[in-house]
Amino acid sequence: MSETEVPYQETMGLHHPRSWITRYWFSQDHKVIAVQYGVTAIAVGLVALVLSGLMRIQIGFPGLLPFITPDIYYQAVTMHGMIMVIFLLTAFLLGAFGNFCVPLMLGARDMVFPFVNMLSYHVYLLSVVVLMASYFVPGGPTGAGWTLYPPQAILPGTPGVDWGIVTMLLSLIIFVVAFTMGGLNYLTTILQARTRGMTLMRMPLTVWGIMMATILGLFAFPALFVSAVMMLLDKLVGTSFFMPAIVSFGQPLEHSGGSPLLFQHLFWFFGHPEVYIVALPVFGVVSELISVHSRKNIFGYRMMVWALIAIGALSFVVWAHHMYVAGMHPYFGFFFATTTLIIAVPTAIKVYNWVLTLWKANIKLTIPMLFALAFILTFVVGGLSGLFLGNVIIDVPLSDTYFVVAHFHMVMGVAPILVIFGGIYHWYPKLTGRLLNNTLGHLHFWVTFLGTYAIYYPMHYLGFMGVPRRYYAMGVGSDFYPESAATLNEFITIAALVVGLMQFVFVYNLIASYFRGKPAGSNPWDATTLEWQTPKTPPNHGNWGDTLPVVHRWAYDYSVPGEEQDFVPQNVERKP
Amino acid sequence: MWVAAALLVVVVGSVAFNFLTPWWFGEVASNWGSIDDTVLLTFWVCGVVFILVGLLLVFSVYKYRFRQGARAQYEPENTRLELWLTVGTTLGVVAMLGPGLFVWDEFIRVPADATEMEVFGEQWRWRYRLPGTDGKLGTTDIGNISTRNPFGLNDDDPNGLDDVLIQSAEIHIPVNVPVKALLRSKDVLHDFFVPQFRAKMDLVPGMVTYFWFTPTKLGEFEILCAEYCGSSHYLMRGVVHVDRPKEYELWLQSQPTYAEMIAGSRPSSRDITTGRNVAETNGCLACHSLDGSQVVGPTWQGLWGRSERLVDGSVVTVDEAYVRESIINPSVKIVDGFAPVMLSYDLPESDIQALLAFVRSTEGGVAGTDRIPECKDC
Repeated sequence: MSETEVPYQETMGLHHPRSWITRYWFSQDHKVIAVQYGVTAIAVGLVALVLSGLMRIQIGFPGLLPFITPDIYYQAVTMHGMIMVIFLLTAFLLGAFGNFCVPLMLGARDMVFPFVNMLSYHVYLLSVVVLMASYFVPGGPTGAGWTLYPPQAILPGTPGVDWGIVTMLLSLIIFVVAFTMGGLNYLTTILQARTRGMTLMRMPLTVWGIMMATILGLFAFPALFVSAVMMLLDKLVGTSFFMPAIVSFGQPLEHSGGSPLLFQHLFWFFGHPEVYIVALPVFGVVSELISVHSRKNIFGYRMMVWALIAIGALSFVVWAHHMYVAGMHPYFGFFFATTTLIIAVPTAIKVYNWVLTLWKANIKLTIPMLFALAFILTFVVGGLSGLFLGNVIIDVPLSDTYFVVAHFHMVMGVAPILVIFGGIYHWYPKLTGRLLNNTLGHLHFWVTFLGTYAIYYPMHYLGFMGVPRRYYAMGVGSDFYPESAATLNEFITIAALVVGLMQFVFVYNLIASYFRGKPAGSNPWDATTLEWQTPKTPPNHGNWGDTLPVVHRWAYDYSVPGEEQDFVPQNVERKP
Repeated sequence: MWVAAALLVVVVGSVAFNFLTPWWFGEVASNWGSIDDTVLLTFWVCGVVFILVGLLLVFSVYKYRFRQGARAQYEPENTRLELWLTVGTTLGVVAMLGPGLFVWDEFIRVPADATEMEVFGEQWRWRYRLPGTDGKLGTTDIGNISTRNPFGLNDDDPNGLDDVLIQSAEIHIPVNVPVKALLRSKDVLHDFFVPQFRAKMDLVPGMVTYFWFTPTKLGEFEILCAEYCGSSHYLMRGVVHVDRPKEYELWLQSQPTYAEMIAGSRPSSRDITTGRNVAETNGCLACHSLDGSQVVGPTWQGLWGRSERLVDGSVVTVDEAYVRESIINPSVKIVDGFAPVMLSYDLPESDIQALLAFVRSTEGGVAGTDRIPECKDC
């Protein structure tokens, strides 16, 4: 958008709320929808947190809680994984951060389709309700593992095979519908509703990350959608998309001719881009946090943008690295190992540029900055352990062991969540007008960072011993599970429980600071991007006054030589 | 200041942990020591990157911490530096990928002299099939599977008759002979994994997958199922014994072939009749029905070859060993849903043999009626 063109949203009408219910429940204000997404995602995330606690207790102290049977355990494994990946990470990063940041950072009044935006949240809520209903149907939720691999997912021998798997697949189908409505909205808004002067190369990296993630999602989620529909047909109608001829517990089944590998290809054609649907917004947000709080422009902005695009494109040609030992043609190994390791190059560049942004900066160790620093270390460990697994031959001994569990928790569990925390501490003042409590913030940060690092860093080494994942019990006296490994698992469980409890302190901080937090002012971090330049804090419906802000510069004018302050907002005119 | 110190502890601690860890690969027991070498190479490359990035981060946090009035450097880009970093990273990637793909190439090229061994998986146990004297495995079809033919061999394929069938989860292989493991599943995904061999591969129903290895160390190694296969996944284990050639031959000769198995699987009618008498005299039929109804104990109808889930969650297939144990020592393996009320029976061996024949004859149909010829002299 050039600096003279009249933006579409300058003249658009807003759907102003007439009652409490249209203001807070069926609101079309992107900020309210962001909060709805955020609160729902955190609520469902707490369920996943409790489930992970149950799992860890069984792994660290087998038999301590007798009600954790194998079925309960595997149901917890499955629900924890699916909730975290889809219903927390994806929903929070795009639904909450995406909704909140995109219009504000672009100088727009709202999303271009506010009604669809509202609908998107409510369809997401429905998908969460259907998912949670799994715990109330006969047989409970599916225990098929979050990857839901057939034939096991729809055959006896797996918990939740009658109802749970159906509610799971339905929930995913509904989620994809919600995501598509949200995604089209974010993408159209970014392409069409930027204010005067906000060219693509002036956009904050947060918006770039969200845009690339949305594009990835619009291409990847259909693969999940069709695989869910096909599996539902296999389960309910008796088709054989994924089902070969099978003898299940002595009974020959009616199925024949289907391919379990077909499901794996479809699932990971979605599943791998999904990793980047989570990672790219995180890359964007953390770039923002590092730049703002180190009072320095992000290093290599253009390279950062191109790296996002390159990673997004490459993420569609690496999926089968999840299937090196799945029995596919061995020549695939050469191709997918190569593409997978190539993707390390743009990813490494991003890491270098974050660290180089800190070089000769003026670093404020605020809570968001601490989370960003923790993210870098965590992401480096998780990224590097990905180079082990991506290199096909090394994956042979390590796949399906605790090395994998440690790797993906580090890289796409803990790392994104550290950034989500950082982002919440960063934008909470704009959302509520109040700062989060700093002391509780420090407590939350140090326990979470050091705790998760202590959980997952040593866990990689259990994988080298061959300790397999998804084992309800390891057994006594096994070669691969000496006494010392059991001791390590006890330690990890204790660390996990401490970290888990600390999250409730964070939730308390979110609620208490809303009422008692220190007033923040409109721009507590001295940041340059547009969301900090709104006439009111919290911004009212429509965000801006009578006219939209005009953008004159890129998003990272920090410590510009010759300027009086160490930041120059994007809407400040350049000196002649 | 102390933030930088804490981050330094994390970086240095991680490196120290790597060198001091007691948790590491068990000693390699196959030819795939080259995989361990690739892992170590990757550790060195990644370790250098981790240390450099970590220390630069710690140094920056310490050196460039906020000072009132200080200004950060204003340098949006540095194309030269970015180019050098890209080139350096690419070289590091090549250094890891090159050797990795080289070993992968070895891994997927099965030597011509490898002996075949079929690993057959089902929820939740392992079985094995060896090619027999002709060196060829007979063809199979999932549709042929029955209690008489648990591997689904094609009866009209002569290559199958001498196939050696190992119905237990323990397998023996000779040391220093390359093995091509052919993997087949009759129900869901499984994965044949022996940590000390380093190698693994999924079993996929509907297809035959494979990998190869040469065992290099004598001993017993645990086999794990490494692909989630349902509630008792964690109990799906086995043992591979790596033997000297002589011991291996001895073991092999004591294993039944398919031909022997079919011959032995039809008990004589005389045994069955005796077995029925034994069952009636000892009161077995008071608690075990022959018509499928569940009374005090599990019905005998269709019992032979059935998978029974036990109270501890594990699963057994009803075979000679299990039935024998259940007669002599019934409280050891109680089928889920039944109370442990049966007394142990100290029967003479001939009676046990006859009972086994009778129970075996109950596969399908009402026990003892469709298979036993009319008894004329009793």
